[in-house]
Amino acid sequence: MDPVDIGLWGVPLAILAGAIRVSTPFLFVSLGECLTERSGRINLGLEGTLIFGAMSGYAVAYETGSPFLGVGAAALAGVVFGLVHGWICKFKGVNDIAIGIALMLLGTGLAFFFGKPYIQPVAPKLPSISLGGWSDVPQVQSALQVNVLFLVGAILAVFLWWMFRSTRVGLVIRVVGDSTDAARAMGLNADRVRLLSTAAGGAFAGVAGAYLSLYYPGSWNEGISSGQGLMAVALVIFARWNPINCFWAALLFGGAGALGPALQSVGVTQGYYLFFAAPYVLTLGLLIATSSPERAMQGAPAELSITK
Amino acid sequence: MANVEQPVAHPSGASTISVLMPRAEGLVIPFAALLAGSLAFSLFLLLVGKSPVTFFGLVWMAGFSTAFSWQNTLSQVAPLLFAALCVALPARLGLVVIGGEGAIVLGGLAAGVAGTQATGWPPAAGLGFMALCAMALGVGWIASIGALRIKRGVNETIASLLMAYIAIALFNHLVEGPFRDPASLNKPSTLPLTEGLRIGEMPLISAHWGVLVGILACIACWVLIERTTLGFAARIAGDNLRAAQVQGLPVGRLVVGFTALGGAFAGLAGFFEVAAVHGSANGSLIAGYGYTGILVAFLARHNPLAIIPVAILLGGFAASSGLIQRRMDLPDATILVFQGMIFVAILLSETVYGRFKIFTPAYWEVR
Repeated sequence: MDPVDIGLWGVPLAILAGAIRVSTPFLFVSLGECLTERSGRINLGLEGTLIFGAMSGYAVAYETGSPFLGVGAAALAGVVFGLVHGWICKFKGVNDIAIGIALMLLGTGLAFFFGKPYIQPVAPKLPSISLGGWSDVPQVQSALQVNVLFLVGAILAVFLWWMFRSTRVGLVIRVVGDSTDAARAMGLNADRVRLLSTAAGGAFAGVAGAYLSLYYPGSWNEGISSGQGLMAVALVIFARWNPINCFWAALLFGGAGALGPALQSVGVTQGYYLFFAAPYVLTLGLLIATSSPERAMQGAPAELSITK
Repeated sequence: MANVEQPVAHPSGASTISVLMPRAEGLVIPFAALLAGSLAFSLFLLLVGKSPVTFFGLVWMAGFSTAFSWQNTLSQVAPLLFAALCVALPARLGLVVIGGEGAIVLGGLAAGVAGTQATGWPPAAGLGFMALCAMALGVGWIASIGALRIKRGVNETIASLLMAYIAIALFNHLVEGPFRDPASLNKPSTLPLTEGLRIGEMPLISAHWGVLVGILACIACWVLIERTTLGFAARIAGDNLRAAQVQGLPVGRLVVGFTALGGAFAGLAGFFEVAAVHGSANGSLIAGYGYTGILVAFLARHNPLAIIPVAILLGGFAASSGLIQRRMDLPDATILVFQGMIFVAILLSETVYGRFKIFTPAYWEVR
């Protein structure tokens, strides 16, 4: 099919398509971070987990020929990183933010270390589902090529929201996140709940990495992540620790990330790097707008070190 | 020791050793953590089928054994000293600012652009102007993070990392656009500095003057923190922000001042990289010194004096990276893995402070 000339309509369309494509890693990392932070810990190391997930997912998909096994391996690697973070943080006097920075460096280092042989080979990609069959315009059709993981992420967001609201597990996590003392009084093991929440959060971040290397942009290299793992931490604050909000925020960030390439596709090449910086500027702007020096942030888990 | 025989000299029965041992804790534990991190890394090397003995032998050879290897090591040290100060100074106030990389890169750009304006000036004036511009940009970049923390309660860790990404994007935009030397084809750069605006090597040691300035800066910061009322106020605020506020200490001004000072040093790191190493501002500035500086500061436990030996040690690791890649057929990320493991070990060691009775004065008092 020949591309139909749709003129400047290409820009919003490309942003929409980009938002769906670019948002998935934001969505998974922010859901993972949301889960971890709800239990009262912050894991800044998810950026490292994401990069290691991208590498391990790509490597396993290449070796086995199955992209889904790759996603599984990335999730498993994420669990390991989460367990390490959760285990170290249980010791007295250890700063969870600093540990996150250390694990970010370690995860990145390990991913580059083991990932060297996989920069050249081509791994099988994750399949996508076509939701644009109703349209005759090929640009619309290609924009609505939605990856399976995006749909999984959307379902996961609703599931987490429901879990926090109406299940026992969700209540336990919220109690631990709001007051260690109350949790102890209820006979809950706060450290174990946080360990498991961080491990599950790590798994989500690993999947986000696998999406990067196995779908979009769909290759493994050392510049695969542009800080999505880090921006997701800010995104969770903006989303007020609500999984549904995380979904919308991820779409917004994805759209911002797609701005540069979308403008480039219609011939605007001036200031490419500045558009590339749009998601960071947006994140910082939202962080400034939503923070407050006087009151604790609305909806924030009380045990969280960044809000204390 | 003579003192031990007359312990009653002090009302509480404290002797020299009971004063020294608590201080030794701050030295012994980081050393033990460094050792533990190295052991963990040795285990990792064994698992991937490489010899830790060869590895550490090469680190020694390439980083510290000869005058030539010291030259390599010292070439890495200057930016690490400055980058570590940019982490350590805010850390003394309880702030985890880790975006020094952004201030280094923009400081370098400011120095490069200022240098093209200062062509034909007397070298001292030109270099001074370049350094001032670099520091001004560093101050603006990092102090605004401190100000955002105080005025808006914005988390400084996340803000500083985001600003590092923004700084690098801004740098790329400016170097490939407005400030690009049209003659730099493959590697976009600012106009090359004239010979008079280049910083040479120090006499006797083959390292540029930035190393000396960095060491002096560390000593000055130590004096500032440990020996002045300002530093005393900062230490109080770092221990307990609320108590400091209740005491009427100007916490806001302290935070902005310390982040500004850290930013000035990060800017200087960029200045020396441009004026002494690269000769113009280009992509080589984005070398990750800001991130290694985080590790240096944490290993030194944010003590400016301790930053000096730690920066030399980690500079040696970085300098040996090339030889390790060639001789052991290991990827360049090997040093990153090593650094990461040391980092985790040093943070984990925070939990053992105060757990060993041997480091308490009471243990050494007459029983």
